[in-house]
Amino acid sequence: MSTVVLLACTGLGLGALYFLVASGLSLIFGLMDVLNFAHGALLSVGAYAAWWAATDGGTGFWLAVVFGTVVGTAASVLLELALIRPLYVRPRDQILATVGVGLALPALLMGVWGSDARPFPQPAALSGTVGLLGATVPVNRFVLMAAALAVLVALRLFLARTRYGLIVRAGVEDRAMVTALGIDVRRAFTLVFAIGGAAASLGGALAGLYFGSVNPSQGTGLLIFAFVVVVMGGMGSVTGAAVASVGVGLVQQFANYYTAAGLGDLSVVVLLAVLLLVKPRGLTGRLA
Amino acid sequence: MSLLTVRDLRVVIDGLHILHGVELDVAATGVTALLGRNGAGKTTTVRAVMGLVPRTGTVTFDGADITGLPTHQVVRRGIGYAPEDRGVFAQLSVAENLRLAERDPDPAYDLVFELFPELKQRHRQAAGTLSGGQQQMVAIARTLLNGNRLVIADEPTKGLAPKIVTEVADVLARAAESVPVLLVEQNLALVRRIAGRCAVLADGRTAHQGDARALLADEDAARRLLGVGSHQPETTAPEGSSR
Amino acid sequence: MTAHLKRWWPLALLLVLIAAPYSALPLPGLLDGPLGSPGSLQLIALCLLYGGLATGYDLLLGRTGLLSFGHALYFATGLYATDLAMLELDLDLLPAALFGTACSVALALALGAVSLRVTGIGFSMVTLAFAQAGAILVQRNPGGYTGGEEGRSAPAPHLPDALVGIQNTANLYWIALAYLVLTLAVVHWTTASPTGRVWAGIRENERRVEVLGLRPYGFKLLAFTVSGALAGAGGVVYLLLTGGATPQAASSDATLALLVMVVLGGSGTRWGPLLGGVLYTWAAHRLGDLANSAAVADLPAALRVPLSQPLFLLGTLFVAVVYLLPGGLAKLPARLRTGRTPTAAAPAAALPEGAA
Repeated sequence: MSTVVLLACTGLGLGALYFLVASGLSLIFGLMDVLNFAHGALLSVGAYAAWWAATDGGTGFWLAVVFGTVVGTAASVLLELALIRPLYVRPRDQILATVGVGLALPALLMGVWGSDARPFPQPAALSGTVGLLGATVPVNRFVLMAAALAVLVALRLFLARTRYGLIVRAGVEDRAMVTALGIDVRRAFTLVFAIGGAAASLGGALAGLYFGSVNPSQGTGLLIFAFVVVVMGGMGSVTGAAVASVGVGLVQQFANYYTAAGLGDLSVVVLLAVLLLVKPRGLTGRLA
Repeated sequence: MSLLTVRDLRVVIDGLHILHGVELDVAATGVTALLGRNGAGKTTTVRAVMGLVPRTGTVTFDGADITGLPTHQVVRRGIGYAPEDRGVFAQLSVAENLRLAERDPDPAYDLVFELFPELKQRHRQAAGTLSGGQQQMVAIARTLLNGNRLVIADEPTKGLAPKIVTEVADVLARAAESVPVLLVEQNLALVRRIAGRCAVLADGRTAHQGDARALLADEDAARRLLGVGSHQPETTAPEGSSR
Repeated sequence: MTAHLKRWWPLALLLVLIAAPYSALPLPGLLDGPLGSPGSLQLIALCLLYGGLATGYDLLLGRTGLLSFGHALYFATGLYATDLAMLELDLDLLPAALFGTACSVALALALGAVSLRVTGIGFSMVTLAFAQAGAILVQRNPGGYTGGEEGRSAPAPHLPDALVGIQNTANLYWIALAYLVLTLAVVHWTTASPTGRVWAGIRENERRVEVLGLRPYGFKLLAFTVSGALAGAGGVVYLLLTGGATPQAASSDATLALLVMVVLGGSGTRWGPLLGGVLYTWAAHRLGDLANSAAVADLPAALRVPLSQPLFLLGTLFVAVVYLLPGGLAKLPARLRTGRTPTAAAPAAALPEGAA
């Protein structure tokens, strides 16, 4: 029983991390048809910025998380303004540009801080464990879940209550028609990149807590699973991404534990292919 | 003096030449009809005017060249656009669809709800669950919400029941009292009823411009340009017949 | 005269390449040792191999318009299947190579048949998913066959003597050159065939091909399979050149590298992918050497750090090419000749998808 509880909590923590990456990815793709291959790199930027602030910067943990999120958001906005925006009329080149950034950014991090994993300072309050139904669960799992839940609630409020949220929801359905109502949809593009970058880099800062260390390829490694979540949850659907994140995180943990190592990862990746084949419309409806 | 002038409008999409030199003058008052058989390039013409497809040529609106402007700036010049497929956001409620279209500080909800009382009742309903006629009402309402200087309606009566067609025609006629309308339409009876001038497209070019009723009264010209009688037996006419 | 030159330069270049091992020409800056030295030949052979791989990959990307993120899978299949056929099935090199390539063809046919049921970015993601599954499998070392992180070395006893040892590098070099020529020939021949014209049609506008009464699916599957076969054969050459199979060959980075090569050189052109593959491979190696050199170590951090990371430089270069040089290096001469032709002024926010 205690193993199941621990696996469930770890799976949910991992799912929370996936959600932080996938929610932005999903909004960006839903609105702009841009599959952002640099999204994992944004997570790494957030992770390293937080790590740097917490070690060299000497700030406390929470301030470091804020710093990491701010840096990641700025990087994401810069990416949209400098590279994605000038390529709007060349959709494929937008994807290629994010591929290039996705290669270059982790390499830059590696150049500055080396390829080895760096231990992430764990604040005393979050490094302990809690007893839950007979299992000892690390506190950081719950930190991630709480962060993901907060982001989910904030995103839902933003989408439901604000004018830009309305524009994003409409743009996911029919971007051209949004412009035909006199709305400069490009501002919404920058905004979803900012949101996506913020969520991913927050995820990066908290991933340091979850994994106990940061390394340059962490984000890129998570990206593929975030793709699974996005496709499973439906493009542009934040709630769908949340449900899918939980599912993928749990399946992966349990399958990895109870079957041969790696089968969980494998099953999730194969699931991506199966999903796309079974409901291609979920992804390519507008791309055809 | 025309409000919207289109000169030598050309559109190439995926290597296909859709328009090769459309000329169009939209009068500063009343309804100007854009006619032509299926595939003549009517929808592409208005999409090109709106900047929704890449185009070359000159589009002048109220004396200013708007050819190079992105779509949202074309609209902000005061052009309301109700597209062929209605462009209603299915997942959004009626109220949200309307709110999205607000540009003026004081949107004309009074006018809209007077013309379409149904939309007020169905305020919170998802637009995707509306009937085709109701969706068309949302599309037209969005153009009337703001103080536009031109309304472009692309086949607003397509696929609607005869009774609704009459209703939509009434609204358009009434709207045209205060704002000029460019109407793409296959329903010639409706055109005869509300349109003043007209332009006819054939194979991506302008084949004729002139008075709408005069054209429709001239059976030979109408048959030659529009293929009336042979090509459009399915046209639903609200009153009488178009033959 | 210049027309003659234009026509015959590929052949002249080929002759020069064939003769290269006999030359002791020093090319300082370009190569560490003289042209014919084993170290130089090894590097040039890798460059030629990747030139060929990129050319084969462009059959999908540039010729048919299919953006596959899983090409490394078919390369790695050829690589591992050949290696394992020698190690586990006790086959000699030639049958093992045939077996490995056949495995790539079969896998490309099977997965292509499935992947091509979706179009657009969905296709890209399905191919990515399959390739990632392959990469995970190789990493996890199922049954001890793939050797996990370490990979598996090619068994020397099964290799012909002429292909073993540093003194025989020239033979490996010629094999790589032969592979490149084969790839170029296959790509040239298929794209010039009626099938190739259908591919070009699919790239331009798939719907129009359908209107002509042709089913794009079969043609796309053919492109996918031919491209997969070429990648598998490239895997065999890679096995010989590097003497083993390592999991990096299957990683998604390997596919991305091919993508970078093709776009860098010029997608959809005859020589562009080759040029990109050669340049990329050469640059990656030389930049790696540069990164470890004393000259870089003494630079201030702001220069040293980016210069010490080949992937950073290549990623940045890639973005620059995508952004500033659509069409890649192959289009550069034409662009320079015509001066700075303004790229067609596109309607800024007009998003022409779904235009009808």
